[in-house]
Amino acid sequence: MKPHKKVYMYGGYNTVSMGTGRKEFNPKKERPGLEHYIQEAGQGVLKQIGGAQNVDDGVIGNFMAARFNNQANLPGFLPYIDKGLSMKYGTSVEGACGSGGLALQAAIRNVLSGSEVSLALGVEVQNTMKAIYGADVLAGAGWFKKRKAGHAYFFPGQFSERAGAYFQKYGKERARKGMSRWYANAIENARLDETAQEFHNTNADPFATCLSMEPNGKAFVDNLNVLDCSKVSDGASAIVVCSEEGLKRIGVDKSEAVEVISFVQSVRNITEDPTDLTELEAIKYAANKAIAEAGISVHQIGTAEVHDCFSIAGILTVEALGLAKPGEGCDYVAAGKTARNGEFPINTSGGLIGWGHPTGATGVHQAVTIWQQLTGRAGNYQVNIDASRPYGITINMGGDDVTISAIVYKRG
Amino acid sequence: MKYEERLQNVTVLGAAGKMGSGILLLTAIEMADLSLRPENKGKTFVLNAVDVSDEALHGLMGYLRTQVQKIAEKKAVQLRAFYADRADLIENFDIIDEYIFDVLNIVRPVNALEVAYNSHLIFEAIKEDPALKVKIFSQIKNNSKTEPWFFTNTSSIPITELDEKAQLDGKVIGFHFYNPPAVQKLVEVIRSKHTTNEVYEFALQYAKNLRKVVVPSHDFAGFIGNGHFMRDALYGIKEAQRLEPQMGYVKAIYAINKLTQDFLIRPMGIFQLVDYVGVEVCSYIMSVMNPYLKNEDLHADLLDTMIDQKILGGQFSSGAQKDGFLKYEKGRPVAIWDIYSKTYVNIDSFSAEVDTLLGAMPSKMQAWKSINFSKSKDAQLAEIFAELLTMNTLGAELAKKYNQRSNEIGKALVNDGVAASDQDVNTVMLTGFYHAYGPINNYL
Repeated sequence: MKPHKKVYMYGGYNTVSMGTGRKEFNPKKERPGLEHYIQEAGQGVLKQIGGAQNVDDGVIGNFMAARFNNQANLPGFLPYIDKGLSMKYGTSVEGACGSGGLALQAAIRNVLSGSEVSLALGVEVQNTMKAIYGADVLAGAGWFKKRKAGHAYFFPGQFSERAGAYFQKYGKERARKGMSRWYANAIENARLDETAQEFHNTNADPFATCLSMEPNGKAFVDNLNVLDCSKVSDGASAIVVCSEEGLKRIGVDKSEAVEVISFVQSVRNITEDPTDLTELEAIKYAANKAIAEAGISVHQIGTAEVHDCFSIAGILTVEALGLAKPGEGCDYVAAGKTARNGEFPINTSGGLIGWGHPTGATGVHQAVTIWQQLTGRAGNYQVNIDASRPYGITINMGGDDVTISAIVYKRG
Repeated sequence: MKYEERLQNVTVLGAAGKMGSGILLLTAIEMADLSLRPENKGKTFVLNAVDVSDEALHGLMGYLRTQVQKIAEKKAVQLRAFYADRADLIENFDIIDEYIFDVLNIVRPVNALEVAYNSHLIFEAIKEDPALKVKIFSQIKNNSKTEPWFFTNTSSIPITELDEKAQLDGKVIGFHFYNPPAVQKLVEVIRSKHTTNEVYEFALQYAKNLRKVVVPSHDFAGFIGNGHFMRDALYGIKEAQRLEPQMGYVKAIYAINKLTQDFLIRPMGIFQLVDYVGVEVCSYIMSVMNPYLKNEDLHADLLDTMIDQKILGGQFSSGAQKDGFLKYEKGRPVAIWDIYSKTYVNIDSFSAEVDTLLGAMPSKMQAWKSINFSKSKDAQLAEIFAELLTMNTLGAELAKKYNQRSNEIGKALVNDGVAASDQDVNTVMLTGFYHAYGPINNYL
């Protein structure tokens, strides 16, 4: 959909993505909870926009606080960010790992329906249980009737099947090279962003490490190793969505914001298996629709944030975007074309594998990174945005290619 | 009788002890996994956990529950296959819970020996007392309806002696786990003169299913593990006593403990290891072994003194270390017991002085923790010890002698036929004692 009036995003903020890999993470010690992350990310935005009195409403995207944290009724935490949000409109949205994207979509719709400044916040705190139980919770992103037949690590199992199908169709060796390069890019980018979960990673050759780690179905899944997977993360991200009036209210020039050029949200039937395991059908549909509605071609996009919950998902998204033909996404990635200095930089702050994947926060984190890149705020992880390719895109996925948000941005 | 039939009714004697609880855990898991195989559905598996102490049995069940949960979490992938036909068990939570129940449901904690009369297999992990073991084995053998096989965890008593005195007709084998059984990979398997092939083959199969490394030991008191450890400990005690006139008792104990840990790159110093095993246990094992040894007196008055002073080491049921030669805070030695003043003397108050006396360590020296898991372990050890060999400090001299003695002990175990090869001696020390290198080496 193309917005019928100008819509902008500004003031993004990310907490640290906390979990294994961060030096300060200690699973045996008590850690900040859900409310801490909501408050930190929310206040991080409010500081940039003149405070809570400038905000009309808020949306919290979250996947499974009800199980990870035994907490529901998340809108009630908006006023916990700042008492200035008390008694204002607030809601929460859920679409599994696509919840953050849904928060953005909902805030855009708030603005299109009359709000001037809407706070979009995504959060997840997942390190409350061991990974083997966390896998149960995350499996809620699939159809529960398929849980019994699924793998102990349900989602790694789902995407292992996709990787296996890809190996069979296009060759395992090529695919593993692409997947390992994907991992290496993620680590190299994450090392430049101090909030990233892999910021402290010092591996001299992440590509070789990943390539040499043969997947082992007895201990984990058949076709992915643990480095092919995003980690378990605690974190939150937030940003405000504004109308032109809203930007004026918070005293920000539109050139400091990104404009939402198009936004698409589409869902695929959760009870149906993918028709082709080697294609992300819903992502292909939503991303290309967003690009078409923006009236551009993919080659006018300077950088993308894509949903690499698993390295294979990253490669399939490259193919879905048409950057490479089916079966050649792995070569495209292996050739370094998606690296930060490549022809199409993807996930410049590390993506889900490098920055982290606090599931409900991820979609918002993607928007924050694009805002930073297009407005020259990305600091150490800034990539060059060529004037001939001024657009950015975020693609956020819930479940196995089920709940998709795709948004095209340009500097305002 | 097939493998799984033998494991349908098992008794662990001394089940709540340090070794018994680990043996019980591993056996319970093995039995539960057998019971979950499709061909065994509907069969009953019973594991009697026999111990004299009700209180300890109470604690045992808590230990089991925690440990089984950890094991279940690690093998959740496999468990989902085990329970594939259970429509009611969907999530990992459900499956792990059910597995914990299924394992614990096999275990019968009890303080009456009579339950063993129905067992096909008896694991014995009671006190290291030959007469007591013989008495209990005889009692079970004479009352049993099942002609059970006896697996003894003795670390020092000759199996043939137990076999003959209890008239077990070769239906017995030494199956010596290392502490803690759930973690240590090593099992020493010792046949008596009469142990049948059937018993031996079952023992190997059982060890394999438990993913243990088996080292066969000849049936000689102390076998390989204690054959080395007890002599090594006695040498450490004698070395400390030799240094005593020069530096005083407390500092000498500290020096030898530091020497064995830091200079010889072992996981713990020799006196810490004695504490870990227990002062009384060490003394007792020596006294069990000693009558069988020729031209050798395996006895330390110092251990008797410690026992008289009730400074015993060993472990709390939580696994925490009790104070012995050394006093521990959060698992780290902080003081040394002075047998003369009968107080602990803080290590901080004298360690710098003794460290200076021992002298510098080789420049590339690293702690056991970083060497033992290193891919280039052998090359690193060779380099460190080559440098140590050129050094003339007190520490270097003591370390060279200590390693030579350890080497001699190992060689003697092979020469006396206790171990079949140098390799077997080294495997025991590497896997049972977590040493970074075997005693039979050319390093020093």
